[in-house]
Amino acid sequence: MDTFSIAGKTFASRLIVGTGKYSSPAVMVRAHEASGADMITVAVRRVNLDRTKESLLDFIDPSKYFLLPNTAGCYTADEAIRTARLGREVGLSNWVKLEVIGDERTLFPDNEALIEATKVLAYEGFVVLPYTNDDPIACRKLEDAGASAVMPLGAPIGSGLGIQNVNNIRIIREFSRVPVIVDAGVGTASDAALAMELGADGVLMNTAIAGAQDPVAMAEAMKLAVRAGRLAYTAGRIPRKMYANGSSPVEGLVGR
Amino acid sequence: MKIRLNGDPYEVAGPLTVAELLERLEIDARRVAVEYNLVVLKRDAFGRTAVAEGDEIEIVNFVGGG
Repeated sequence: MDTFSIAGKTFASRLIVGTGKYSSPAVMVRAHEASGADMITVAVRRVNLDRTKESLLDFIDPSKYFLLPNTAGCYTADEAIRTARLGREVGLSNWVKLEVIGDERTLFPDNEALIEATKVLAYEGFVVLPYTNDDPIACRKLEDAGASAVMPLGAPIGSGLGIQNVNNIRIIREFSRVPVIVDAGVGTASDAALAMELGADGVLMNTAIAGAQDPVAMAEAMKLAVRAGRLAYTAGRIPRKMYANGSSPVEGLVGR
Repeated sequence: MKIRLNGDPYEVAGPLTVAELLERLEIDARRVAVEYNLVVLKRDAFGRTAVAEGDEIEIVNFVGGG
């Protein structure tokens, strides 16, 4: 079976899915099942003091899914570090999907602050999975700062634009000694397959599934796409050629 | 006494511990993290941390996210 590991922990699925933006908890639960994912992301927020809302944890079985808290919405290293520490106490795991956002409209990461926060959290014993630009040098610096994986974006968060810089993702994979997870920008199954064909170790997505007209069907499509892309990558694709190269014999044609 | 709870002024009858505050708010302590005057508390410290006038307390949990 094709498994992959981050910081010594092995996962059966290379697809990591989110818990945001679903039309209902029931749809989310079914989409999670259809995705085959065994790691799911969650956000850390103030509790609703009026207690009228249901708790996310009512719908997630922690024995079935590994919870990865994120620091979404943090704009400084300090905010992200504070949120990571709180997330660790809620979930009792030292893993964090580290986000330090630099711009509200694009949600592009602030790499300088991201590297700084990675250093601090890795020193504190966190398994840090930073969401980063599709920049091989930034990824290398994050790795040097102690990141356990690097998570370059394919395109802006929630944009569904697909992988914008195919060659950079390939180079990041070539450079990295830690797992590479393409995080953000996937719109449909072929985007996920492409990420895997480029050599990514995994793909993380939320909106592409939660925002689809049929999230459960899209979750299954993503599961298959990630598997197909991974298989194609390990199978070794044929080289690209400029002209045709027929598969049927040229000899023995009728009438010649 | 007056404290700040999740960024807002909050009035609560003391004395009480963080664990008792969560109980009064009907919050399951196993599903939240508490930051007490900017320090993150370990769960086993909830019962021995007294809430005092002017304290700033943040109670967070997991919500949907990507």
